Amino acid sequence: MPDINWSQQLLNGLFAGSAYALFAVGYTLIFGVLDILNLAHQAIYMLGAFCALVLVTGNVAGLGPLPGGMQLPFWLATLLAMLVAGLLGILLDRLAFAPLRKRPDTHFSGMISSIAVALIFEALATWLFLPQRSQFPAGTIRPGAVTLGQGALSYSRVLVIVAALVLVVLLTVLLRFTKLGKAIRAVAENPKAARLLGINVEAIYSFSFFLSSALGGAAGIFYGLAVSRLDPTMGRSVELKGLAVIILGGMGSVPGAVLGGYLLGLTEVLSVALTNTSNYRDAIAFVLLFLILVLRPSGLLGARRVREA
Amino acid sequence: MLEVTDLRVAYGQIEAVKGVSFRVPEGSIVTLVGANGAGKTTTLAAISGLLRPRAGAITFDGRELTRLGTHTITRLGVVQVPEGRDILATMTILENLELGAYGRRDRDAVRRDIARMLERFPILGQRRGLAAGSLSGGEQQMLAIARGLMARPKVFLLDEPSMGLAPQLVREVFRIVAELRAEGQTILLVEQNARKALAISDYAYVMESGRITLEGRGADLLTNDAMVSAYLGGIVIDAPPVVDPGPT
Repeated sequence: MPDINWSQQLLNGLFAGSAYALFAVGYTLIFGVLDILNLAHQAIYMLGAFCALVLVTGNVAGLGPLPGGMQLPFWLATLLAMLVAGLLGILLDRLAFAPLRKRPDTHFSGMISSIAVALIFEALATWLFLPQRSQFPAGTIRPGAVTLGQGALSYSRVLVIVAALVLVVLLTVLLRFTKLGKAIRAVAENPKAARLLGINVEAIYSFSFFLSSALGGAAGIFYGLAVSRLDPTMGRSVELKGLAVIILGGMGSVPGAVLGGYLLGLTEVLSVALTNTSNYRDAIAFVLLFLILVLRPSGLLGARRVREA
Repeated sequence: MLEVTDLRVAYGQIEAVKGVSFRVPEGSIVTLVGANGAGKTTTLAAISGLLRPRAGAITFDGRELTRLGTHTITRLGVVQVPEGRDILATMTILENLELGAYGRRDRDAVRRDIARMLERFPILGQRRGLAAGSLSGGEQQMLAIARGLMARPKVFLLDEPSMGLAPQLVREVFRIVAELRAEGQTILLVEQNARKALAISDYAYVMESGRITLEGRGADLLTNDAMVSAYLGGIVIDAPPVVDPGPT
């Protein structure tokens, strides 16, 4: 048994878990509201990160500097990039999902067309930002680290944890206590009943995409900053993990996605620490997913019954 | 107030409503009765904009509804409590009532209306913080009616409110509907329980295979021969109940 620095592992696990949770809450929100899997969520995640990068550096790698040489502070760039990501989400819904809404196979056809949009977004990013790795300039946020016992975590990684916490709390408050949040939950449970109550269901769909995508964009920005790596396919590696997380937590459940995210993050980090290699990391994480689903087919916090025939 | 003219609604090739016309005057309770599959629920779905009619007109206060979205129709005051209630089971009773007032902007009046509903339906008051799915069928029906009233309907569409309820609760539902009528609420009621529905109706239409085959004042239809044999079990309303003579 290797000598393990437990506080370091805990910090690493919290970091990874926060990144997964932040990606997964938006992903699961769309599933909860529309019953569809948005496979372009990862592309929005990537575009959100690049959008913030452009606003911070004032430069588009493939085209050159922005006119005016505008360079924004990171926090402002983040807010604007989240807004852009949210608007891209509305566009995504209009392009990939809305035209198929009335089809009987809308779940499946929407999934396919969202893959298409993801590929288009990736191609666009490759053209605009070039295929190689980019990163936020040094000094985007203060260098340094937080220490806990024998562990240390850089500020940029702590920022991922804080951002996940803040955004998840805000989302939860919105869904629980505001009129808009109640309308979203009503649409998620029963669109026909929601319509009869006077709720504009199409508008709620658009807003849900805005919300989900703004969160997805934020996940990309903070993770991209923390690992100093942005590239047009950066969303692909998180997509499958994100799917595992929302299945684990219970499809459509926001608290489930958070729980699932941290569980996956901590499991991965522990498996690396215990085996002293990252070779088995994904295998161990997915075996855990498999075991939990055998015991609880609807996920940890899945309210939704497993679909009956 | 609400007027339906030569309405035709189809599901694909199958026409479920084949040219139906009726009126719901202000302050009255009008009933559509008829067997399962006669097209009553389809007619209500078309009025609420859940289905697009193939032909015909639906006007409310002189305004054409057939091109409007369901949420707009509800906000105009044509409010439907659908068949099967469509309660939001995962949300609390209070949240269901709040969402009933979704289209309203008068916050204070909404708060007063919620208090009034919780008083009027005491079962809901006691359990306001619980998930609506924990209510029994009859209680869910009360919640559905209360939630509909939260929109302050000008015309209240009630689809089979007594369906699947125990006899005592059926009486309770009809008592509430009659009470609303007495308060001046305009109601379009759809019911399979023809006898009870006719007894509280000002006017009624009988639907059969997508057409209206009979119409008249509620009280008149109760004693109409064709009506009695087809929908009222062949027993004349004033006949004494059949009494088991017991062992002789």
